Amino acid sequence: MLIGLGKRRAERLDREGQAAAKTRTLWGDALRRLLKNKLAVIAFIWIVFMVLIALTGKLWVPKIFGEVVYTDSSTAASSSRLPPSAAHPFGTDLLGRDVLGRIAYGAQVSLTIGLLATMISTTIGMILGSLAGFFGGLIDSLVMRVTDIFMAIPYTLFTIALIAVLGPGWVNVFLAIGFLGWTSICRVVRSAILSIKENDYVAAARALGASNLRIILRHILPNAMASVVVYSTMSIGSAILSEAALSFLGLGVQQPQPSWGLMISEGQTFLSSSPWLVFCPGVAILTTVLAFTLLGDGLRDALDVKGN
Amino acid sequence: MQAMVRYILRRFVQFVPVFIGVTLLLFAMRAILPGDPVLMIAGERAISPATYQKIVENNHLDEPLHVQYGYYMSGILQGDFGHSYQKGRSVTSIFADKFPYTARLAVAAIAVEIVIGLTVGIVSAIKKYSFMDMLLTLSTSVLVSMPVFWLGLLLQSFFGIWMKKVTGGAFSLPISGAGGPISAYPDWVHLILPAITLASVSLAVTARIMRSQLLEVLSQDYIRTAYAKGLSKRDVIIKHALKNAMIPVITFIGIDFGSMMSGAILTESVFSWPGVGREIYLAITARDWPIVMGGVVIIVLIVMAINLLIDISYALFDPRIRYGTNRAD
Repeated sequence: MLIGLGKRRAERLDREGQAAAKTRTLWGDALRRLLKNKLAVIAFIWIVFMVLIALTGKLWVPKIFGEVVYTDSSTAASSSRLPPSAAHPFGTDLLGRDVLGRIAYGAQVSLTIGLLATMISTTIGMILGSLAGFFGGLIDSLVMRVTDIFMAIPYTLFTIALIAVLGPGWVNVFLAIGFLGWTSICRVVRSAILSIKENDYVAAARALGASNLRIILRHILPNAMASVVVYSTMSIGSAILSEAALSFLGLGVQQPQPSWGLMISEGQTFLSSSPWLVFCPGVAILTTVLAFTLLGDGLRDALDVKGN
Repeated sequence: MQAMVRYILRRFVQFVPVFIGVTLLLFAMRAILPGDPVLMIAGERAISPATYQKIVENNHLDEPLHVQYGYYMSGILQGDFGHSYQKGRSVTSIFADKFPYTARLAVAAIAVEIVIGLTVGIVSAIKKYSFMDMLLTLSTSVLVSMPVFWLGLLLQSFFGIWMKKVTGGAFSLPISGAGGPISAYPDWVHLILPAITLASVSLAVTARIMRSQLLEVLSQDYIRTAYAKGLSKRDVIIKHALKNAMIPVITFIGIDFGSMMSGAILTESVFSWPGVGREIYLAITARDWPIVMGGVVIIVLIVMAINLLIDISYALFDPRIRYGTNRAD
C-alpha cells in the first residue's frame, strides 16, 4: 500500500516534471507571463480586432455604411457633416461619407503601412546591427557612424524631406518610414549581440569549426530575437503614428484613400462646427498605437528584455 | 584637466564625419529632387536662354556634383547657408527671424515637461504598485501613443472653442499664432496650449525615466543606511535618492531640449506658430530646397552643440566618463 502510493506519487511527479520540462522554454515562459498581464491581453485582442477589420472591411463596410471612398455627388450635399446618429454612429464628413466606415477602411491603410515599414526597418536594423556587433572593429565603427548620421537629423523632419524627394503616396510613406526607422533596432541588436557573443556556447561553436554565418544565424540571432520582437512591436505603433503625421501634413496617403491622419487634417477646418470629424479618427489612432505600446511593454516584461 | 581637453577634442573629432555625412545625404537628396532648380530660382517664369545660362553659372549648376558640394561646404564654413529660391533672402536671415519663436516655445515646453514629468515620476515611484501608480503609468502610455497634432486640436477645441461658448466669451485661450499687437491676449498666453502639446510625449518619457531611476536608487544600500540613521522618508528621498536618480533624467531633458530647438513641425503647424519647424515644412511644400537644406544643417549643428555641452558637463562632474573609452557602446 505504502509502496503503491509512493509509486503513484512518483509517477505523478515524473509526469509533472516532464510537463514542466516541455513548457519551460524562453518563449513558453514568456507566453505564460504575458497571459497574466491583463493590459497586454486586452491590447492583443484589440490588435486582432483591428486586423480583422482591415482584412475583411472591403466585404461588409460598403453594405452597412454605403460608399465611403468615392463620393456620390447626388447625395453629398444633403448628407454633408451630419452629427453622430443611429444611422451614422460617428457622423458623416464634408462629402457625406460615413466616418465610422472610413475609419474601418483606414485600418487597412494604417496597419499595412505600419507592418511594411517595420519589416523594412527591422530587416535593415538586424542585418547592420548583427554585422556591427559580431565583427566589431572597422565594420562596427562604420555602421555606428552611419547610425549617428541618421540619428543626427530629427526624425519627423527627415521623413518629410524624404517624402518631398520621393513624392507623396502610401508606398513612399512606408518606404520613407522604413528606411529611416532602422537606427534604434540596429543599436538594440548590436548591443544584444555584443553581450551574447561572449557566452561559452558561442566559443564552443567556433571551436567546433562553425562558420561565422552559421554562428550568427544559429546561435546569436535566436538569442537576440527577444529584443527584436519587443522593439518591432513598439515600432509598428510608432510607424502608424508617423504615417498619421505625414498624412495630416498632406504628404502621406492622398485622397480619396481613407487614412486616419488625412481624415483629421480634413476635419480640422470644421473643428468648431463638426468636432467628431477630428475626434473619431484620432481615437482610432490612439487606441491602435496604444495597443502596440502596451503589448510591447508586456512582451518586454515577459521576455525580460532590458528597457531603453 | 588634460584628460578633459582630450575628451572634448575626441568628441569634436567624432562629430566631423557625422556632419559631413549629414550634408552629403542632404546634397544627394537635392540632386534627385524633381524639378529644375534654375526655373525655381527664376520663380517659374519664362526666362531668356541668356538669363538661364547666367543663373546656371552663378549657382555653379554646370559643375559636377562633387564640386558643387565643395562650394556648399566652403560656404557653410564661412557662415553662408545658401539663398532661398523664392524669398530672395539668405537662409541665415530667414532662420534668424524664426529661431526666437522656436526657442520661446521650447523653453516653455521644457518647463511643463520638468514640472509635470518629475512630479508624476516621483509620485508613482513613492507609491509604487498602488492604484495611483498604475493610473499614472497608464497615462504616460496614453500620452506617448497619442498623435501630437490630434492632442493640439483637442486642446484647441476644448480651451479655445468650447470654453468660449460655455463662458459666453469670458474665458478662452488663443488657438493660433504667437501673439503680437493684433492679438487680444498677452503674448505669454499664446504659449500655453502649444507648450503643453509639444511637451506631451516628452513629459511622459521623463516621468517613466524618473520613476524607474528612483525605484532603482531606492533599493540601494546607502538608502537603507540613511533610513537606519533615522532620517524621515521625505529627507531620504529629497536629500539622498533624488540627487542620484536625477542624472539620467537630466540627460534626457537636455537632449530633448536640443530636439525641441530643432523645431516642432507638427505642433507649429497645428498652432500656426511662426517657428523653425513650420518654416521648413512650408519650404518643403514650396520646393524651396535651400531653406530645407540650410535649415536642417543649422538644426543638426545646434543639436550637436547642445549634446556636446551635455557630455562635457557630465565629464566635468563625473570622472568615470572622462577617463572612459569610446562611449559608442
